[in-house]
Amino acid sequence: MLTLTCPCCGVTAEETELTYGHEAHLKRFGPGSTDAEFEDYLFNRKNPKGVHFERWRHSYGCGKWFLAARSTVTLEVYGTYSAQTTEPPAELIAKIKEKCPGWEGWQ
Amino acid sequence: MRRYSIFAVAREALRYHSGWERAWRAPEPKKRYDVIVVGAGGHGLATAYYLGKVHGIKNVAIIEKGWLGGGNSGRNTTIIRSNYLQDASAAIFEKALQLYEGLSRDLNYNVMFSPRGLLMLAQSEHEVRGYKRTVYANALQDIKTEWISRERVKELVPIINLDGPRYPVLGALYQERGGTARHDAVNWGYARACDAMGMDIIQQCEVTGIRTENGEVRGVDTTKGAIDCGKLAVVVAGHSGVLANMAGFRLPVESCPLQAWVSEPIKPVIDVVVMANLVHCYISQSDKGELVLGGGIDHPNNYTQRGSWYTLEETTRALVETYPIISRLKMLRQWGGIMDITGDHSPIISKTPVRNMFMDCGWGTGGFKAIPGSGWAMAELVARGEPGPLAAPFGLDRFREGRFIDESVAAGVAH
Amino acid sequence: MSTRLSKGGRLIDRSKPLSFRFNGAPMRGFAGDSLAAALLANGQVLLGRSFKYHRPRGLIASGAEEPNALVNLGRNARVEPDQRVTTTELFDGLEAASQNHWPSLDFDIGAINNTFGKLFPAGFYYKTFMFPQIAWKYLFEPVIRRAAGLGTAAKEADPDRYEQAYAYCDVLVAGGGVAGLAAALAEAKAGKRVIVMEQTPFWGGRAPVDGGTIEGLAPAEWIDRTLDLLATYPNVQLMTRTMVAGLHNHGYAICYERVADHTPGDGRPRHRLWRVRAGVTVAATGAIERPLAFAGNDVPGVMLASAVRDYIVNWAVSPGDRVVIVTNNDDAYRTALAVLDAGLTVEAVVDARERAGGDLPQLVRARGVRVMEGRGIAGVMGHKAVTHVQVCSQAGEGGVTETLECDCVAMSGGWSPVVHIFSHVGGKLLWDEAGAMFRPDATRAPTGPDGSVLARAVGAANGHLTLDAIAAEAGLSAEVEPEAPLAPVWVMPAGAGQALRFKAFLDYQNDVKVSDVELAAREGYTSVEHTKRYTTLGMASDQGKLSNINGLAILSDSLGQPIPTTGTTTFRPPYTPISFGAMAGEARGDLFQPMRRTAMQDWHEAKGYHWEPVGFWRRPYCYPRGAESHRDAVNREITNARTNVGLLDASTLGKILVKGPDAGKFLDMMYTNMMSTLPVGKCRYGLMCNENGFLSDDGVVVRLSDDSWLCHTTSGGADRIHAHMEDWLQCEWWDWKVYTANLTEQYAQIAVVGPKARKLLEKLGGMDVSKEALPFMTWAEGTLAGFPVRVYRISFSGELSYEIAVPANMGAALWEALNTAGEEFGAMPYGTEALHVMRAEKGFIMIGDETDGTVIPQDLGLNWAISKKKADYLGKRAQERSFMVSPDRWRLVGLETLDGSVLPDGVYAVAEGNNANGQRNTQGRVTSSYYSPTLKKGIAMGLVLHGPERMGEILDFPADKGAVIKARIVDPCFYDKEGEKADA
Repeated sequence: MLTLTCPCCGVTAEETELTYGHEAHLKRFGPGSTDAEFEDYLFNRKNPKGVHFERWRHSYGCGKWFLAARSTVTLEVYGTYSAQTTEPPAELIAKIKEKCPGWEGWQ
Repeated sequence: MRRYSIFAVAREALRYHSGWERAWRAPEPKKRYDVIVVGAGGHGLATAYYLGKVHGIKNVAIIEKGWLGGGNSGRNTTIIRSNYLQDASAAIFEKALQLYEGLSRDLNYNVMFSPRGLLMLAQSEHEVRGYKRTVYANALQDIKTEWISRERVKELVPIINLDGPRYPVLGALYQERGGTARHDAVNWGYARACDAMGMDIIQQCEVTGIRTENGEVRGVDTTKGAIDCGKLAVVVAGHSGVLANMAGFRLPVESCPLQAWVSEPIKPVIDVVVMANLVHCYISQSDKGELVLGGGIDHPNNYTQRGSWYTLEETTRALVETYPIISRLKMLRQWGGIMDITGDHSPIISKTPVRNMFMDCGWGTGGFKAIPGSGWAMAELVARGEPGPLAAPFGLDRFREGRFIDESVAAGVAH
Repeated sequence: MSTRLSKGGRLIDRSKPLSFRFNGAPMRGFAGDSLAAALLANGQVLLGRSFKYHRPRGLIASGAEEPNALVNLGRNARVEPDQRVTTTELFDGLEAASQNHWPSLDFDIGAINNTFGKLFPAGFYYKTFMFPQIAWKYLFEPVIRRAAGLGTAAKEADPDRYEQAYAYCDVLVAGGGVAGLAAALAEAKAGKRVIVMEQTPFWGGRAPVDGGTIEGLAPAEWIDRTLDLLATYPNVQLMTRTMVAGLHNHGYAICYERVADHTPGDGRPRHRLWRVRAGVTVAATGAIERPLAFAGNDVPGVMLASAVRDYIVNWAVSPGDRVVIVTNNDDAYRTALAVLDAGLTVEAVVDARERAGGDLPQLVRARGVRVMEGRGIAGVMGHKAVTHVQVCSQAGEGGVTETLECDCVAMSGGWSPVVHIFSHVGGKLLWDEAGAMFRPDATRAPTGPDGSVLARAVGAANGHLTLDAIAAEAGLSAEVEPEAPLAPVWVMPAGAGQALRFKAFLDYQNDVKVSDVELAAREGYTSVEHTKRYTTLGMASDQGKLSNINGLAILSDSLGQPIPTTGTTTFRPPYTPISFGAMAGEARGDLFQPMRRTAMQDWHEAKGYHWEPVGFWRRPYCYPRGAESHRDAVNREITNARTNVGLLDASTLGKILVKGPDAGKFLDMMYTNMMSTLPVGKCRYGLMCNENGFLSDDGVVVRLSDDSWLCHTTSGGADRIHAHMEDWLQCEWWDWKVYTANLTEQYAQIAVVGPKARKLLEKLGGMDVSKEALPFMTWAEGTLAGFPVRVYRISFSGELSYEIAVPANMGAALWEALNTAGEEFGAMPYGTEALHVMRAEKGFIMIGDETDGTVIPQDLGLNWAISKKKADYLGKRAQERSFMVSPDRWRLVGLETLDGSVLPDGVYAVAEGNNANGQRNTQGRVTSSYYSPTLKKGIAMGLVLHGPERMGEILDFPADKGAVIKARIVDPCFYDKEGEKADA
């Protein structure tokens, strides 16, 4: 049972209070994009064995979506942050780099 | 390979079984193989086996980062069925079922295939319609399934509570030929047969890189050194995305755990396999007497083979509601495997952007039952370089084209 | 033979005798007895039969690690199979029966397996039973299944109840022995919130039996004082009969309290499952003694040395009068002392070490006991009870030097820390060469969500096996006899040949012997996981607590490699089995899942409705009258709605308010249609697709005001669609000014449907519902019969229809008012099936029938609802992919059988020939099929290849039992094609 802290309401919520939303920071491709771009956006995933940037919704709480950086190996949550951003906060990236030497970065 | 039989066992009994030879060797890798199969799970071993048996390609190495059969093919609930809705799925799972039916003799290894019958309960009008549709589809796919009444369900499953207060059982989709097999025996039987054909099964050997030249595969780097190959077949559940990343492409796959658990052994109480998809639980009883139980996946990406407790609780509630006697039984052991889930929840058997590198993955929660069919289709793809009719619908190109194979439509799940 | 001693027994209360039955025989015990102790006290040494060979078996242990003594406990619906007698508290009236034998425990036909045991080594079934193929299903497997299993489950539902609870603390201590209590006290003093859980009913662990002093006090005294002290801390909670069963991801501890197992029927829940969130979990779970692997080590009467002294000291039970002790360490000499103190005889101590010169052996020698150094056991004589042991040189092959008469053998192969809790979420172990054991590696402890340590081990669980070491770790002083090093002994004697190894058991319950592990190694099953699975070592209901390390050592020895190279198996929760009842908790019956109720649910129930589950709702399917069949009821309801007026509880329809300056722009992205241009006061049918292009929901959108829209969704879709909207608003278009609210349960909604609908509403009165004032696809607010309502002129039935929304608390009253006022117009309620048939008569699609997650709106002839003007909407790009624009997609048509019969739902239309996989080619399928009471014939909708271009063609639908039904492709609208009725 994972716990994540909702950056919106500050509650540390159990997994049962949350909804998982898969990979974060996907750039949407709509009409006018190539087949390859659209396929990449909709299906292809980093699925890293390591640090994963992902979306969560505090469904049975404040209702807000937020983003998290979490290890898919140790399950450590390096941080959570607002969903209303296109990239992770710089201080979170710095923290992860410090904790995970050799990490290839979020992109 | 020395044949197994009751006579061989009796002979060995006279000398405390000291004369049995190794089921498979522990070779060091050669410099080069015609084909390297990455992953010595059921699918990888079956791929190698049919490469040798059907296509005559025997200069094959199967390399495995842990121990053979240690992934999902050794940690699943061993359900086998072919009552799929879509033609593409039905074809490959039925091929698998047919191969399972003769597998013990084919491999000279008793895989304890047990066609005890499999039911999928319908507990809403929607499920009734979905399963009736499946019965019609199966008939045209030459797969015998039937819709059975709730009374017949009760005959087959005396411990069921047909009138659970929430979702009464309205009937079931029944496949008499469905059942279970002993998962380890499937892995070991294939491994022994591959070894007997001269193939090298190299355990404790992790792939650390995939070597390519001009977009074509040349070999792999491993913890036991570099190994060259003509063709590379990547057959690694759970870690398929990791291997694809090594080769420089991404897959429409996410990895997450599926949990299973067993009760303490008891005398037989249920002779068939029963799946209930509305409340999401399934049950069978192993020959040892343990109830083998499972439910849905844990969604968050996770490579730990450990899911979350609440999933067990929710499924157990459904089980206790459906089979009230199990309330007094006890959970003995729980475990998890890493599923690779694709965009349409159907598998991938495909060429890749790298020439002569092929992938078989994405079996999600339904991999065990597919092992022989998957191996058969993958071997054909690897041997010919082009998919045969079984594999053709499962190419990676389907995501770009929007040509999905979605089994969830009949309220089905892929266990 | 075992018996009750006249003195002693620190845990029993001789003033409280209890009676119980074993296999029907009346027996007596005392309060404080475990069932194991009470059985031994009654001379019952033979307690069960093993799994495979049906060998007679007795107690090995005194605690949770017991592999043999499992019983069927209780009667009828309260039978509990596989219950361990060592962890079962005795209570008055207890009934237990031994398992896995026929016809009786004493005489078991299954023991024939033992006679032919040589034929059944590890993995024998993989090598046999392959011919003929069919025999596995019909002959071999049924026989094996019946012979396997252990206990017998109840045939009736469990009458007991179970509870679940949450707890939060800084420190969760698993284990109430010296180490656990000391750790708890230290944390309590530091102001931490502490919960201590002890799985047995008694505090103190092994220390009171093993002796020594702590802080100058006898262990029992120190424990009492520490408990008294802990009780003064408000931040400490002490729980007995509660086991930390498992540690899960992010430190979620699942704990199992056996509330009323020992007081059955007293009204309390039987078990309580605790979910504990602790800052850190401290594994103070002690250690488990290892058996020694010698031939005949499973004969009833051969027990762990620690168990022998437990039975004597704790329960005043003598496992035998004449005890032989066999050991590789000093600790077992404590058993010799306990036996002597109880006035019984130690025949000899057989010590595998070359020299036994420590303080403890000297103490034992001083009391006149013979200590045989460098010796082992070559064999145990006796069938259902020990009669003799044969002594040999440990270094040799088993040549018998002496035979000792005895009725109990106490063995000790050293101790293994209980590392389960530490290991469950990934804590790593290291091999301790001196102790010949795996112990937790604190530098590789499991970590939690913030990367900090989740669990640590203390005391024996941390490898501190002596009282002084345990105390020192906790910062206490203790004195205890020093122990000389043990000598690892994995097989006894060291040179034991095949015949001895074939009788030396490792896993008692599963009958795995030394020879089996060696066979696995020989055959290449060399990974520890392979060996375990091939031999079934450690897979019995004791999960290898006694056998894992011994088996691992034998395997390593066979492979010629050190034990840490071979590695360990994974420890998985739970520590000991926990009931499914506790896992399910209170969520049974009506509480199984949440149930959603509309404002009119009581009315439906009172009318004896037939319901169907729709999500968490329970919707009326139909309202049968008297003995009327469901089908007749549905037909009546339809006919009535089409000729008079029908009433539908439509409250479950999703109602999502979308409001804000950018709401129109947002809805244009959500729906395939243009919603921003919908005029205030109007309604429009809309389609929603997911980003993959597939139709996911539909419903009527209502423009409430300049900046607000009300979106109706399907009953099952409300929460999903609301979440879908929020997802896009929060994560993609977060700068758009839009607010959404799911109002589904705020309103009750009633569809008033049929030619007399207007008359009925006019009778209620209060607002103008005329065609002019309220034309089709418009809405108005007003009152009806005094209720404040919003009325939508929308129709899913094709009839003149009003959907009336009222605040939910008025729903029942309005429903009642409509029914009452409607009597003169023949108003009747109708259910979901009538709804479905009527929409099918009109050719309207139903999400979940015509759609199944693979259908796009273009397939359904809904192009009119897809805006051509919009640059983008969710699903638009997806629908441009090659497979989506293919002319060969199956498209919606109506279907009519030639004979007027009803096509089976879901049936396929065949085409010529087979595909490449030998499957029959198809060219369409039925998506909905009903008997239409309006048209008095079967009607259907389906998706057909090139369907709309093939009107009038006849398709073949192979149905049940070889019948082929012919049906003609027709327009999907069967009723009032011009739409005059709805527009009336």
